[in-house]
Amino acid sequence: MSKNKIAVLSGKGGTGKTTISVNLAKTIENSIYVDCDVEEPNGHLFFKPEIEIEKDVNVLIPEINYEKCTLCGECAKACRFGALTKLIKKILVFDHLCHSCGACYEVCPYNAITEIPKKIGTIRIGQSDGIKFIDGKLNIGEASGVPILKEISKEISDCKKNIIIDSPPGTSCSVIHSIEKSDFCLLVTEPTPYGLHDLKLAVELVKEMKIPLGIVINKSGEGDKIIEEYSKEENIEILAKVPFDREYAQAYSKGELLIEIDENLKEIFKGLSARALELINK
Amino acid sequence: MKIAISSEGNTLESKVDSRFGRAKYFIIVDSDTGEYKVIDNFAALQGSGAGTKAAQILLDEGIAYVISSNVGPNALEVFQAADINIYKAVNGTIKENIDEFKKGTLEKILMPTNNGHHGE
Repeated sequence: MSKNKIAVLSGKGGTGKTTISVNLAKTIENSIYVDCDVEEPNGHLFFKPEIEIEKDVNVLIPEINYEKCTLCGECAKACRFGALTKLIKKILVFDHLCHSCGACYEVCPYNAITEIPKKIGTIRIGQSDGIKFIDGKLNIGEASGVPILKEISKEISDCKKNIIIDSPPGTSCSVIHSIEKSDFCLLVTEPTPYGLHDLKLAVELVKEMKIPLGIVINKSGEGDKIIEEYSKEENIEILAKVPFDREYAQAYSKGELLIEIDENLKEIFKGLSARALELINK
Repeated sequence: MKIAISSEGNTLESKVDSRFGRAKYFIIVDSDTGEYKVIDNFAALQGSGAGTKAAQILLDEGIAYVISSNVGPNALEVFQAADINIYKAVNGTIKENIDEFKKGTLEKILMPTNNGHHGE
């Protein structure tokens, strides 16, 4: 079976990326669910996976060897992030300002800098009822989740399954790294002016990256028209509508999969996965 | 003895810039001769780490004291490690602050006045 990589993103937070991702992963056969929302990964609440492997994700930060250091200050000059300051008797290193670019290590004329690992988060790999599960978690206060996304990317590069990427909100670096090399992007939106506004940003990003895309309206209902008009203008297909329903919200709040509580939703997700795979392989 | 002050402009009549790392200029006054030097604070353009970069500029100038208003945790750590005292500026010009400093009326800044801006 050929593998497909489908990324779920939205621009706006809280539209239902995780809801769509977990239910889609459960619907598509032979799938792997990948939670790339490393600042607030919560797909595990729905899958309750058995974690088999947990790996630290490290970045490299400089350590000064004072037996070699002459306090020439080249490292502090080279650092674009102000992470190194030269004092009269030592070099002060600010770990949390360091972006691990390695410039200090490269420029040091006396080889007095060693790059040492610093843990910024973890990735977890497991199983949940036949579905493979991966998520990443960034430690609080760290500057960027991108190193974690790169580790996740390595884990799934040889994967022969259908990959469902649960992307972070927004349109910045971490989203770009999450959806990179996807075969298709599902843009989840809600039928509100806020949903539409951020959907437009996400569409702009995905078009820029030249990835085929489709829209899913979550919490669908009266306001759908504004999304429908936009999708017509932009010629983007709406692949599915998940209705707004109090019962669904309750199931969600308990960490239940929607397709397991409602036959109608099960069909909606079957239709969504079939159409997405069809569009990828056409 | 060199005293560095964060400044909005490039003369002794300029107002103190309330920011440290992202101050527009630093004016370094030699309290013995009364001469002064204006430094364009290129650290203000940093995405993050403006405080430590600005501190480095001043250390390289061989300053003994700093006068500013808002000093974050990173810049403060640099100055404390370098044994340089920072004084809280009063509203007014660079010249007025130098005079107050000489009279000994300015308060020392011992704690960061903010928690850092995280690149903002």
